[in-house]
Amino acid sequence: MKDVKVLGPGCKRCVATAEMVQSQADKLGVPVAIEKVTDYAAIAGYGIASTPGIVIDGKVVHAGGLPKPEDVARWLAA
Amino acid sequence: MSTTTVSCCKGNPPPVAPRTSEPSTVKWLAATAAALVLWGLAYSQLIPFSDWIVAQLPIDRASHLGDAVSFFAYDTPKVLMLLTLVVFAMGLVRSFFSPEKTRAMLAGKHEGVGNVLSAMLGILTPFCSCSAVPLFIGFVSAGIPLGVTFSFLIAAPMVNEVALGLLFALVGWKVALTYLAFGLGVAIVAGWVIGRLHLEHWLEEWVRNLRASAADLPPEQITVVDRIKAGLEAVNDIVGKVWIWIIAGIAVGAFIHGYVPSSLLAEIMGRGAWWSVPAAVLLGIPMYSNAAGIIPVVQALLAKGAALGTVLAFMMSVIALSLPEMIILRKVLSVKLIAVFIGVVGTGILAVGFLFNALYQ
Repeated sequence: MKDVKVLGPGCKRCVATAEMVQSQADKLGVPVAIEKVTDYAAIAGYGIASTPGIVIDGKVVHAGGLPKPEDVARWLAA
Repeated sequence: MSTTTVSCCKGNPPPVAPRTSEPSTVKWLAATAAALVLWGLAYSQLIPFSDWIVAQLPIDRASHLGDAVSFFAYDTPKVLMLLTLVVFAMGLVRSFFSPEKTRAMLAGKHEGVGNVLSAMLGILTPFCSCSAVPLFIGFVSAGIPLGVTFSFLIAAPMVNEVALGLLFALVGWKVALTYLAFGLGVAIVAGWVIGRLHLEHWLEEWVRNLRASAADLPPEQITVVDRIKAGLEAVNDIVGKVWIWIIAGIAVGAFIHGYVPSSLLAEIMGRGAWWSVPAAVLLGIPMYSNAAGIIPVVQALLAKGAALGTVLAFMMSVIALSLPEMIILRKVLSVKLIAVFIGVVGTGILAVGFLFNALYQ
C-alpha cells in the first residue's frame, strides 16, 4: 500500500491531481491510500512553495501545477 | 494577482518527464516556425482587413460610428494576435523557472540585492493567486527576509505578460518598457521599505513559528518540445480566459475613441489637474479588473489627452492592489501588515504617477 498525499488548499488542480493519482494507481494495480492535505502550515512543512504537491511514502515528488499522467505512473511504479 | 490568475495554478507549466528519445522534436520545431510565419503574414494584412470590414458595413467612415467601428475592427485582432505571441513567449521562458528554484536563488540573499533579484524573479516565475499563500509561507519559512518576499509578491501580479503585451500592442513599446521599469521599481523599493520597518511580528503567529527545510525534488528533464507545449498551454489558459475581457475593453475604448470629446478628458485627467493622480490610485484600489479589460480603456484615455502618469498610476493600482488578493493574504498577514502593504505600494504608485507627469511634459 502506497501512502500518497496531495498537497493543496483545495483548488481545482489539486482535486484533478488527486483524481489522476487514483486513476493511474488503478491502471497499474498499485494499491494507494490518498490523503488530501489542505492545511497551509502542513503543506509548508513539506518544504514546497507551489501547489498542488505530491508526496509518496513521505517523499516529495512534485510541486506546482498539474502533473503529467505518465509521470504519476512512473512515481507510483518506483 | 487580479490579472489572469482567477482559477487555480493555471499559469504553471506542466512538469515534464525525462525522455530517452524525442523523434518528433524536429516536427514540433518546424510546426512552431511555420505558425510564427503564418502569424506574421496574417498580422501584416490587418489594416486591409479592417478597412474591408468597415467598407462592408453601411456606415460613413468619417462619422463617429465609423471611427468607433474601424477602431474596433482593427484593434481586436491586432491585440489578440500580439497578446497570443507575448503569452506564448512568456510561457516558454517560464518553463525555465519554478517557485522552488526561485526560492533556492533567493535564500541567503540580503535585503537590497535580494529585493532587486526577487522583483525580477517575480516576473519570470510561474505564479497564481491560489499559490500566493503557499509561496509566501514557503519563502518566509525558508528564511527569506519579509521585505524580499514582498518584492516578489508585488512584482508578480503587477508586471505580467498580459499587461506588458497589451501595453505594447496598444500604446507602444516605449510605454510598455517604462511600465516594466517602474513596476519593478515600485516592487523593489516598496519591498525594501517594508523590510526596513521590521514588521515580522505582524505576521500571523503560526507563520512566524514555522521553519521548514526545502523539499528535495527529483530533477526534471525538460525537452524543447515540452517548453513549446508549456507556451501553448499558457496561451490556451490565459488568452482563453481573457479574450472576452479584451473585446469588452476594446468596445469601451472604441466608444471613448469615437464619442468622448478630448477636451473633457484632458481637463479631468490631464497634467494640469494635480489631484487626478491620487484620485486615480484611490479609485483603482477597490477596483478588481484584470489587465486585459483595463488596458484598451487606458489606450483610449491616452489618445484623448489623459496624462500618461495618471493613467499608468490608475492601471498599477487596479492590477497590483486588489481586494481578492488581500483576502487571500489575510490568512498569513495581520490586518495591520496588509494596511502597511497597501500604504507603501500605493505611495510608490503615486510617486510613479507624479514622476511620469513631470517627465513627459
